Amino acid sequence: MSATLAEHTEPAPLSISRPPTNAEIVWDRFFRGACFCFAWLTILLVVLIIWEIGKHAFPAMQAQGLEFITGDKWDAGNNKFGILPEILGTLYSSLLGVGIATVLGVAVAIVLTQDFVPPILEVFLKNVIELLAAIPSVVYGLWGIFVVIPAIRPAANWLHEHLGEIPLFGTRLSGPGMLPAALVLAIMVLPTITAISRDSIAAVPPKIREAAYGLGATKWETILAVILPTSSRGIFGSVILGFGRALGETMALAMLVGNASNISWSLFAPGNTLAALLANKFPEASRVEIDALMYAALVLLTITLAVNVLGTWIIMRTAVDTKGGR
Amino acid sequence: MDTHDHAPTPATIKPAAPAPVPANGAHANGNGNGHSIVEVKLKALYYGSFKAVRDTDLAIKRNAITAFIGPSGCGKSTVLRSINRMNDLVRGFRFDGHIHFRGRDIYDTKIDPVAVRRHIGMVFQQPNPFAMSIYRNVTFGLRLNGYKGNIQDKVEQALRGSALWDEVKEKLHQSGLALSGGQQQRLCIARAIATEPEVLLMDEPCSALDPVATRKIEELMLELKKRFTIITVTHNLQQAKRVADMTGFLYVDTTQGARTGYLVEYGPTEGIFNDPKEKHTKDYIQGAFS
Repeated sequence: MSATLAEHTEPAPLSISRPPTNAEIVWDRFFRGACFCFAWLTILLVVLIIWEIGKHAFPAMQAQGLEFITGDKWDAGNNKFGILPEILGTLYSSLLGVGIATVLGVAVAIVLTQDFVPPILEVFLKNVIELLAAIPSVVYGLWGIFVVIPAIRPAANWLHEHLGEIPLFGTRLSGPGMLPAALVLAIMVLPTITAISRDSIAAVPPKIREAAYGLGATKWETILAVILPTSSRGIFGSVILGFGRALGETMALAMLVGNASNISWSLFAPGNTLAALLANKFPEASRVEIDALMYAALVLLTITLAVNVLGTWIIMRTAVDTKGGR
Repeated sequence: MDTHDHAPTPATIKPAAPAPVPANGAHANGNGNGHSIVEVKLKALYYGSFKAVRDTDLAIKRNAITAFIGPSGCGKSTVLRSINRMNDLVRGFRFDGHIHFRGRDIYDTKIDPVAVRRHIGMVFQQPNPFAMSIYRNVTFGLRLNGYKGNIQDKVEQALRGSALWDEVKEKLHQSGLALSGGQQQRLCIARAIATEPEVLLMDEPCSALDPVATRKIEELMLELKKRFTIITVTHNLQQAKRVADMTGFLYVDTTQGARTGYLVEYGPTEGIFNDPKEKHTKDYIQGAFS
């Protein structure tokens, strides 16, 4: 291309323009090819992981069938496995945790972007919250055991005694349980939700804010009626990302959730999650049990994937709504 | 400084009747006509320690278009934004002086800036519709004000008022962002006039638009001045000539070390363009490119 251009155009005498050299063209092609390869490699990696897990899970899938998903006993002695409590526990703890984290995270994101605190404090608080993501999971677990559980136990047991008829408060909190797990999960997911919500709220063009103020909206009317709806896609995306993280969170949950194959609405009852099940059972599992755990891993992977696909789909749909038809 | 919160005792802006206009012999360039709705008596306006504008006094005529012209950085947008207290949103903003709206000082500490903006609407330089349907954009102000009447009628009225109705009546529930730039700006005008504010501030409303859309907005301004008082800022001298009844020329004063804007001359547009009294005005008008 460039060669023909050079042939057909007379270069201006003083021009310092020149066509790209062959080396530059080769480098450009190489760079493009490398990016292409790496992009496909990541996809290949995901496929490989699924294939590997699927291969190991296959014997268990044949042996256990769908009863694996509907069964509620994990009986390694008789090679009977069911993970319904773990599936429900995973969803329950994640929904609770993400629910709490969403309220907190969006509130923090608003405070950090809407001139509530001086700019220096905004930067400071933002970094402190992002630091939460750097704390190891096992530390969260220990903190949950030694701080969160003792702290919430009196209130939890008071709620059970006085409002015990409500299923949510149906049991006492004797130690590990759903609520401490969800609270710690909320704090672990908070940096994700805060950071992405903050960015998407900050990305609302100032002219949109001005429009709302110019119409005589108060600060809160502006935030609730204009800024949050405008940034809702990003906030929703942060929630989905946080949810994905919560579903797969292992260590802190294995320490806090109680590891009991138990189906209960109660916030204070011990339960279990898929990731915690995998972490707890693997070290001493027999050959057959390992296959069953692989099956459980595949179920977890499917749930995570489904949540992400659903989230992406909803984001794409709302994109059409706010941007208008194409 | 959080200025968006309501003042403890929200004072109402609306006096029982239009207040009598105080005599103001102080105006070097007074308009002489007694129908002013807004009186600007700006001594000094600061952003932090920077004095952005000084000594700008003028009276805005009711049901007329007043244009502010002048070189970049002369503070014409700043003055405009002081009239509905939009500058309160800027950190470090300080206003020394008074702006009377229907005889009431809107910089009185008892006045809630939010209430001011409900009476003095604004159209911005960049079209800025919300990421909502056309319908919801127009009803936004009505909802803020708790309007209880027939919302549909108000929407149609506002969109007809901004000459957009025929183009959007079939797609009121589509996103306002799907419209062209000129249509978006007319949507913003509809949004601003839906609540019938008395004064409409237009900050270079055509600067982001092509000539055809510009011409449409100008025609619209001439139509709107029958119902509203319009104050506009423009870089386009021809536009000021075409639409404005009154024109104020602001200039930058660099003698005091900083770039401080001030009002040089204010009067009927014809006078400013054909027979400017001040040298700065004359130079600016003559070197004028439109």
